[in-house]
Amino acid sequence: MRRSRARNAVTVTLAAAMTAVTAACGGGSSTDGEGSNDNPKELTYWASNQGTSLAHDKRVLTPELKRFEKQTGIKVKLEVIPWDSLLDRILAATSSGQGPDVLNIGNTWSASLQATGALLPWNKKNLAKVGGAERFTPSALAAAGAPQKDPAALPLYSLAYGLYYNKKMFKDAGIDGPPATWDELVKDGKKLTGDGKYGIAVEGGDPVENSHHAFILGKQHGADFFDPSGKATFDSPGAVKAIKQYVDLIASEKIASSGNAEYAKDESVRDFAKGKAGMLMWQAAANGLKANGMKPDEYGVAPIPVQARGSGEKGTRSMVAGINLAVFKNSDNIDGAVKFAKFMTSDKEQRLLNETYGSIPPVKSAQTGKAFETPDLKVLRDVLTSSSAPLPQVKDESKFETLVGNATKELFADAAAGRKVTSESVKKELSAAQQQMRK
Amino acid sequence: MTTLSPPPGTAGPTAPEAAPAGNGPSLPRRRRILPDRLRRAGLPYLLLLPALVLEILIHLAPMVVGVVMSFKELTQQYIRDWGAAPWIGADNFRIAVDVNAPVGEALLHSFLVTCAFTVLAVSFAWLLGVTAAILMQESFRGRGVLRALFLTPYALPVYTAVITWSFLLQRDGGMVNHVIHDQLGLTDTEPFWLIGDNSFVALVVVAVWRTWPFAFLILMAALQNIPKELYEAAQVDGAGIWQQIRRITLPSLSPVNQVLVLVLFLWTFNDFNVPYILFGKSAPEAADLVSIHIYQSSFVTWDFGSGSAMSVLLLLFLLVVTGCYLLATGAGRKRDV
Repeated sequence: MRRSRARNAVTVTLAAAMTAVTAACGGGSSTDGEGSNDNPKELTYWASNQGTSLAHDKRVLTPELKRFEKQTGIKVKLEVIPWDSLLDRILAATSSGQGPDVLNIGNTWSASLQATGALLPWNKKNLAKVGGAERFTPSALAAAGAPQKDPAALPLYSLAYGLYYNKKMFKDAGIDGPPATWDELVKDGKKLTGDGKYGIAVEGGDPVENSHHAFILGKQHGADFFDPSGKATFDSPGAVKAIKQYVDLIASEKIASSGNAEYAKDESVRDFAKGKAGMLMWQAAANGLKANGMKPDEYGVAPIPVQARGSGEKGTRSMVAGINLAVFKNSDNIDGAVKFAKFMTSDKEQRLLNETYGSIPPVKSAQTGKAFETPDLKVLRDVLTSSSAPLPQVKDESKFETLVGNATKELFADAAAGRKVTSESVKKELSAAQQQMRK
Repeated sequence: MTTLSPPPGTAGPTAPEAAPAGNGPSLPRRRRILPDRLRRAGLPYLLLLPALVLEILIHLAPMVVGVVMSFKELTQQYIRDWGAAPWIGADNFRIAVDVNAPVGEALLHSFLVTCAFTVLAVSFAWLLGVTAAILMQESFRGRGVLRALFLTPYALPVYTAVITWSFLLQRDGGMVNHVIHDQLGLTDTEPFWLIGDNSFVALVVVAVWRTWPFAFLILMAALQNIPKELYEAAQVDGAGIWQQIRRITLPSLSPVNQVLVLVLFLWTFNDFNVPYILFGKSAPEAADLVSIHIYQSSFVTWDFGSGSAMSVLLLLFLLVVTGCYLLATGAGRKRDV
């Protein structure tokens, strides 16, 4: 009798606990809602870290959010999230359904995050509420979701890669101007290398940075990293050429310091600003260079060189870089979130925020103004509008950045250790990366 | 006077029956017996209930969820509703253990790196801990300061400590290379520590630095319990310091060591913080621990099903190793007895 009661007690306890667990897990989550207006007076906004620190971003954004509150009566709770944890936070928010109403995403994640179905699609009706698709630079809007689908986000800050060069070092080395082709870059790099200084600085330990350069050079060599059906083609001949060319900056050309293979915390920006390297390929580096003590008149900016002068895909000089603004579909203040998106993409806010962060407004009507007429931003804007391409907008894009970026990082490590980097070794690394895309 | 309670010391179902019959009204025996029995039978379970519920919620439920996930093709498309992800049976496991294909090969490599890392890190941490604990038994001037210093790595927040190591280990401008290359001239060139093969050495060094104070702390406490008379008697018998350590100290520490080594093994094998802070989301191949490998599969390449399968395999491995270890150490105790 006692045993049977005890057994019953345990059974009931287990059943109760499992019921609670099942209710908590629910075999998934209850985020299928299309949003509501149950909480119309409040919004939560996750901003990515754009400025020199989280505190800097808070200082910049807080007055603007107050202005929005004054206009609409909606209070915005701000959280600035560092880049290295933003994606984890977004995934956690997506799976739990407990996230912000509005958030920043890296534009290269757009298609991957779009596949989760958690983001509000910017269809014609929604786009009309923020002034229509025509307000945005087409390339920036193309980097906001998969082709043939409604964008999953709105472009907020646009960026492009440019070739930064040290004017004095170029003059001292007898170089007239920035290189236009890759051969010229190597030739100039060799002239600049010596006495502890190098032709160029690269961020070889950063997989994301590596994947961007793999993409730009890949385009120049006629390589796409995915075929039209979305299947990975990481080890195509063009991709091998592209990555070998990039790694060869350390491996065979030796115009970048082997120590650059380890760089992953913007050390290459520091080296360029301190005159340890004559060139740098970077996205809108003005703020970073200023923070490292380099004055704007000490450097020039030119488009990233190509293999041979030309246009079309082989003339690609940058990926479309930037930050997008997305709305979580299950927001309990969906109208307020759309209003906030309209506010953040208004001409006034676009000018102010992009000027502060040294980026280019993706809103066409906000691109005029003294702040955006600086020589470097003019070059970057031209690159963005005429010779840049969005990274593959497929759901596996984030895998591409990780796997190809890591493969390049390992090849840089080989080069730094004095091991030979050949077309075969590059292909082997890329094939291994491609096979990790098993589905 | 009739008492309603059984006399002290009387327990069990016989107690009410043993109550003396008095002059008062007869007691409703069944009513008294049942609540009493129920209370006795159910109370332990009732007291266990909160712990049981929490155990189920915190440990068992996530484990069950993880196992279910490992049988699904769970990508970002389904993370909002993982229950709807397609069931693919043992595919994730098959791919994870297929060492002739890239995914399995990478996992095996990562597993072997983790095994080597664990053996080295635990051995060195234990060795340092036991040595320091024995040395700190003797009273000398400055012992308190040294003890506090030894415990510093354990007391520091892990992020602060490991990020400082990452600065020290930088190839250009890092203090480690400054000392071994520039000042002591021990190497021809400045070695890399955060990429390439040396990253494994860097990982072991930082993990040992971080872990050994725990071993030191536990062993120091255990040493306090060894009776001094044993050493005095040994000295009288002419035993030297090594003999005392071998014959008295280490055997006396054995029960503590058994638990300590197991805890260090589990912590080190699953260590995520040290490699993540030292190398970021993408560890070099030479230092690609299983914990980081699983994190990458799940949260960087967004293949949560595959990551779950790898976690389940890791859990099974740790269960088997822990079981064997407990059996082995348990048998040892029996022999001692």
